[in-house]
Amino acid sequence: MEIRTIFHKKLREIQDDVLAMGSMVEKATSRSIEALKERDIEKARAIIADDLKINRKRFNIEEKCVQLIATQQPMASDLRTIICVLNIITEIERIGDHAEGIAKIVVMIGDEPLLKPLIDIPRMAERVNDMLHRSLDALINRDADAAKKIVTEDDEVDNLYDQVFRELLTFMAEDPKTITRATRLIWVAHNLERSADRVTNICERVVYMVTGKMEELEVSKY
Amino acid sequence: MKMNSVLLNEKTVIQSQTKLKTEAVSLYYGSFQALRNISLEIPEHAITAIIGPSGCGKSSFLRLFNRMNDLITGVRVEGLVELDDIPIYDKAIDVVELRKRVGMVFQKPNPFPMSVFENVAFGPRRHGKHNLGELEDIVEKSLRQAALWDEVKDKIGQSALALSGGQQQRLCIARVLAVEPEVILMDEPCSALDPVATLKIEDLMRSLAQEYSIVIVTHNMQQAARVSDMAAFLMMEDDRAGVLVEYGTTSEIFTNPKDKRTEDYITGRFG
Repeated sequence: MEIRTIFHKKLREIQDDVLAMGSMVEKATSRSIEALKERDIEKARAIIADDLKINRKRFNIEEKCVQLIATQQPMASDLRTIICVLNIITEIERIGDHAEGIAKIVVMIGDEPLLKPLIDIPRMAERVNDMLHRSLDALINRDADAAKKIVTEDDEVDNLYDQVFRELLTFMAEDPKTITRATRLIWVAHNLERSADRVTNICERVVYMVTGKMEELEVSKY
Repeated sequence: MKMNSVLLNEKTVIQSQTKLKTEAVSLYYGSFQALRNISLEIPEHAITAIIGPSGCGKSSFLRLFNRMNDLITGVRVEGLVELDDIPIYDKAIDVVELRKRVGMVFQKPNPFPMSVFENVAFGPRRHGKHNLGELEDIVEKSLRQAALWDEVKDKIGQSALALSGGQQQRLCIARVLAVEPEVILMDEPCSALDPVATLKIEDLMRSLAQEYSIVIVTHNMQQAARVSDMAAFLMMEDDRAGVLVEYGTTSEIFTNPKDKRTEDYITGRFG
């Protein structure tokens, strides 16, 4: 017989909030790349403004966690879930900041034509969003194996980043006039590379929540 | 440390000697089996908490260590219970001497209807100390150890029954300390106290644990988490006999228990 029904309902609600926050950030990341592709400054400004909503959501979840700790004295896996959520929302919020960072670069670029057609950068964004989505599924499903698998996929994002970096370096070497435009695209790719690293942090927390063991699963190349 | 059908946590390492030990202990009240096959080692100078649902045999288990169960007719103990490697159910054991070494504090404060001084001096007197100066020293030392001296030093000759509940419980602890025990058994020592008095007793327990080995039975899991170094989880099997499910360091039991039944109990998924 379940005894602490209200407490456990609140704990589930907090996890639903984390999913909702994850969706907000996924949307911010994909829209930031759309804005870059379309050089849509208005869209970029909207992403920057919406980041405040993401930050507020994070504080709201954090507050709920603090309240549960203070009033319910959670134990064992319940305690680990709350600690995990507190860590995860920081990572999600920072991924949101990376999307906001991309939007700021879009504003900087303005309507200037892009140096090259975007291929690998949108691919990186897709990988990041896919990894983030599945890491939060792993949280809800208490699936440590799935979380561990996602961590290994960070290498793919690192490889794409390498590729973007090398290609843009070639542009810069051939024509120094492209340096500003190329650097801005490197910044975009770097934001995405960092986002993928943050997903691996989320996965580490999921593994801790499930197993009770804190371990670094993989040290990122960057 | 080996135990039958008990999951021993990986981090069960307390850097001290074993003070109390049970090996395959079963306890019967007549034909009813209250405890089944419990093997456990309780470390010296640490606080060990016994937790579990009502009726799982926590108090029966605690009372094994000073043979308080002997007072109940029809009780029978099987297996080995040791204090410092000496089997305490051996015929040669002097139970009065055993209870001097293994003191007990009960759920409800039970001061004698006499002065504060006489309450604390009662035990030492029974053990042959009659010199007033010596008794005064013992009383002061015990009351200081029980963190009660400052509150009662001016009313030492007054009735102990005039003290508050929390003070009475600390007086009972002082009474135990006065006979210089090695082990203090506590059976729900705070369940009749208000939250502030409870925290005072818990604080006192932590300081006493430097010199004494403490075993506490508590219904209050937060209390077990706050005060203990080791925690044992007992529960009833279908025939209502208490069994040991899991024993480990308190930090492991309350953050990452290995047995699902422990997890379910401490997270309130069953009770």
